[in-house]
Amino acid sequence: MRIAERDSATFDPRRIVKRWRIALRSISIVVAFVAASSVWGGEGPFFVTYTHQMEEPGNLEFGTKNVVSRPTGGYRFVGTTAELEYGLKGWWTTEVYLDGQTTGGQGTLFTGYRWENRFRLLLGEHWINPVLYVEFENINGADKSLLEIVNHDGNDDLTEPSADVRFEKKREIEAKLILGSYYKGWTIAENFIAEKNVKHEPFEFGYAVGVSRPLELAARPERCNLCAENFQVGVEIYGGLGTHEHFGVRGTSHYIAPTVSWALANGTTTFKISPGFGVTENSTGYLIRFGVAYEVAQFGRVARNLFGDRR
Amino acid sequence: MKRLYIAFLNASLTWATSVTGNLIQSAPAEAAERRNPFEADATAQRAGAKLYARECVSCHGSNREGGRSAPPHKRPDVRSAAPGSLFWVLTNGSLGRGMPSFAHLPEAQRWQIITFLKSSHPQTP
Repeated sequence: MRIAERDSATFDPRRIVKRWRIALRSISIVVAFVAASSVWGGEGPFFVTYTHQMEEPGNLEFGTKNVVSRPTGGYRFVGTTAELEYGLKGWWTTEVYLDGQTTGGQGTLFTGYRWENRFRLLLGEHWINPVLYVEFENINGADKSLLEIVNHDGNDDLTEPSADVRFEKKREIEAKLILGSYYKGWTIAENFIAEKNVKHEPFEFGYAVGVSRPLELAARPERCNLCAENFQVGVEIYGGLGTHEHFGVRGTSHYIAPTVSWALANGTTTFKISPGFGVTENSTGYLIRFGVAYEVAQFGRVARNLFGDRR
Repeated sequence: MKRLYIAFLNASLTWATSVTGNLIQSAPAEAAERRNPFEADATAQRAGAKLYARECVSCHGSNREGGRSAPPHKRPDVRSAAPGSLFWVLTNGSLGRGMPSFAHLPEAQRWQIITFLKSSHPQTP
């Protein structure tokens, strides 16, 4: 009897929940920073804007994209996305995202997943290269990964308590028209975004535009990590465009974000960082993004070999 | 069984040859006329070797011997091809056949890779 009493006295569910929260928080920090200390494939230095570059067939890329901010009237948060990108064909890339977030004083949450496919519409290289992007999102209202800004998304959405909005289901289909060009070392990309909740709500629109360039166009003969050819600098601008009923920029949020990426000499590991600044009243003051990616060349072939198919 | 294997190997080599052959031949005439700004430049050749090791080896092999889905690069028609044609193949790829476009590399780096491929004794680092 005494032992049972003592056990019930030490068994405190709140303490266990607190320990789990600390553990999850630690894991998310480790994922964000340890991964950051190990390895980004080839999408340039952008976080929101997609270029027309596809993943090479058979290559697998692991990566994380993180965003830190403190909305006006809210708590500081870190939105984390883990991504797995695979080149199925030269013209078809598929990608899975797992989203989570930590908000000061509100704990850490897994907020859902996304599955996207990108299809290159013209096979050769042209002045403008169109790519069709189709994504299914199954996330909740507490998601703070901010991988795109649509409609009137803004500061107020980021101040709502996670405990309330986590029960709001968001099952959405998102389509993007990606237009990309390369010109004299410059990468220029424009994305037009349309998003629709599968059950209700109107079509929501957004955009992202990015320009980037390597610091040096020709490669040096020696293997080097810190040479200028491994750095890309650029700027991206993104924001919402309202809905089909209220199309336009009134009451929407927009950001301008300089961005830098650094690829290690092995060509498989890339780090990126981008401080973004809100430029409208509805925007959050700042969004600091950072990410890292590691690419496994010809993963498909290695996996086939592992499972005995040695053709 | 051995005969079957040799026949399969022959068919694969013929297919690989036809794929590269077609790709190089599919370059337009004006592309073939483009001159390599780094032609015979030893520094560019070494830079090209470094880029080749990073971008091409995983499919085409470290000795340019080719792979399961990628044709070899040490064949005479690659060596004799116009640099402009090779540059066109590298830039456009052949997405339907699995050869990605390398247009994301700056033009100078693509020419450096061609310089390496056209050198007399290409050796990856």
